[in-house]
Amino acid sequence: MADRAVAVLTAGMRQPSSTALLAERLADATVRELTARGKSADLVTVELRPHAKALADAIVTGFPSPALAEVIEAVSGADGLIAVTPTFAASYAGLFKSFFDVLDRDALAGMPVLLAATGGSARHSLVIEYAMRPLLSYFRSVIVPTGVFAATEDFGDGPGVARLAARIDRAATELAELVATGTRRSAADPFAEPPSFADLLGDGGSQA
Amino acid sequence: MQFGIFSVGDVTPDPTTGRTPTEHERIKAMVAIAQKAEEVGLDVFATGEHHNPPFVPSSPTTMLGYIAARTQRLILSTSTTLITTDDPVKIAEDFAMLQHLADGRVDLMLGRGNTGPVYPWFGKDIRDAIPLTVENYQLLHRLWTEDVVDWEGKFRTPLHSFTSTPRPLDGVPPFVWHGAIRTPEIAEIAAFYGDGFFANHIFWPAVHTQRMVELYRRRFEHYGHGSADQAIVGLGGQVFMRRNSQDAVREFRPYFDVAPVYGHGPSLEDFTAQTPLTVGSPQQVIERTLGFRQYVGDYQRQLFLVDHAGLPLKTVLEQLDMLGEEVVPVLRKEFAVGRPAHVPDAPTFESRRAALRAGSAVSGTPGDAAAPQAVTAGEGR
Repeated sequence: MADRAVAVLTAGMRQPSSTALLAERLADATVRELTARGKSADLVTVELRPHAKALADAIVTGFPSPALAEVIEAVSGADGLIAVTPTFAASYAGLFKSFFDVLDRDALAGMPVLLAATGGSARHSLVIEYAMRPLLSYFRSVIVPTGVFAATEDFGDGPGVARLAARIDRAATELAELVATGTRRSAADPFAEPPSFADLLGDGGSQA
Repeated sequence: MQFGIFSVGDVTPDPTTGRTPTEHERIKAMVAIAQKAEEVGLDVFATGEHHNPPFVPSSPTTMLGYIAARTQRLILSTSTTLITTDDPVKIAEDFAMLQHLADGRVDLMLGRGNTGPVYPWFGKDIRDAIPLTVENYQLLHRLWTEDVVDWEGKFRTPLHSFTSTPRPLDGVPPFVWHGAIRTPEIAEIAAFYGDGFFANHIFWPAVHTQRMVELYRRRFEHYGHGSADQAIVGLGGQVFMRRNSQDAVREFRPYFDVAPVYGHGPSLEDFTAQTPLTVGSPQQVIERTLGFRQYVGDYQRQLFLVDHAGLPLKTVLEQLDMLGEEVVPVLRKEFAVGRPAHVPDAPTFESRRAALRAGSAVSGTPGDAAAPQAVTAGEGR
């Protein structure tokens, strides 16, 4: 087992997917930066598309299928997360949000997260700041300052290509720094240390 | 071991005919179902409590009082009584009255409900759900065990020199179950008081039930009510049966596919694999139900949901015939096999009265190992 586990979550729809491509570059850069800091890393790559039906089922029933539960556990148990979505209708993809809708609200608490998105043009680039960042703030994640947006043209040979590469490196360095030094522990198990009745009275405060 | 049925009381269109029963028809159907439960030899009928359409049972003790008059043996219960938003004084009064009318054949299951707006409709804040549960049940417990109560709390008008009437029949309060799906606090409350714990079990993977029951048993022992395997556990279950399992699947699928709660989601096959729902032959129901014991241990009460999702009354009554004639007799016999002698039966009015008269602690007495401040608070200065 490596020193660190980094989950890579992508919500791309097509094959090949520029979202998955961006995620892969971010993941490689993060592993490289972790190695430079003396930490080996395992990548837990999760493409959401194959889980689309299971996510819809979980939203309806309130509990995940066994296969989806494994994915949720793997992501929740990671030391860091790279979350990448395509931009749909001025926001993250519904598929991307669906995954977060079925997470426990403590699942990502304290987890270093790198946010990234793809879109047809740079006009959509604030999706990271206006949609993704508040979502991960809700989960009390530690979000690295640099978000990485890649427009279609950034995969070509324009001036954006070098800038994207630099941005990927900067974001990966920020994430690796947090993951390498972090000692994230997963959320407390309420059944291992359940609230005692005395605690409940303190909470309930029936007596003045 | 006790066997019975619990009803949500939903008014749901029959998807195969498009017809929706009237509220009157549904209420009368629930009564017919309860009477049938006694007729086929089941032990318990429990009704839900809801305060919004499409549900009819807003007034459980009214319904149960009526059923009490038309049955002789059936234990009348709830699934659940809303300890969060109902006034604990009214719960104490209503269920004591019901207990007298039913000659003791009454217990109840407390729960928090699952409909958010019920809290504001009844003047409560949903964020207080657990504190309301704790405080209201403390008061309810005192109203049934102390003749004169002086009480001040956070959520309700104070009581001074208050006596809840009628007093519980022969001084034996109705046995209380605490129902939950996955909230550890509820298992803790049940354990502290030495009350029963009922795992809803249905519509969810069994892992929740397993963890909740394990926690409840461990804490029951911690509070000095007995060993962990003597804790009082109830479980839900959901079944649809026909002689041939293929017929059961064929007939139930249209109801399943559009059912409230889980409809339009997983397939019938996935849902039966992932939750306790069993659709098949009586033999399959027997085998699945006996399997519950593997993850909760020997338990005291098994309630089945058989009357939701728009199933016609005639079909539900047929289900009860199969439960009573083919399933439950085998379950009674098989659950008794290998059951240690020190594992108690579900408490009844008679067993609790006998225990009270013998001077031994009845279930529902707060734990010895309770933290001092808990005991103090329970005395309600």
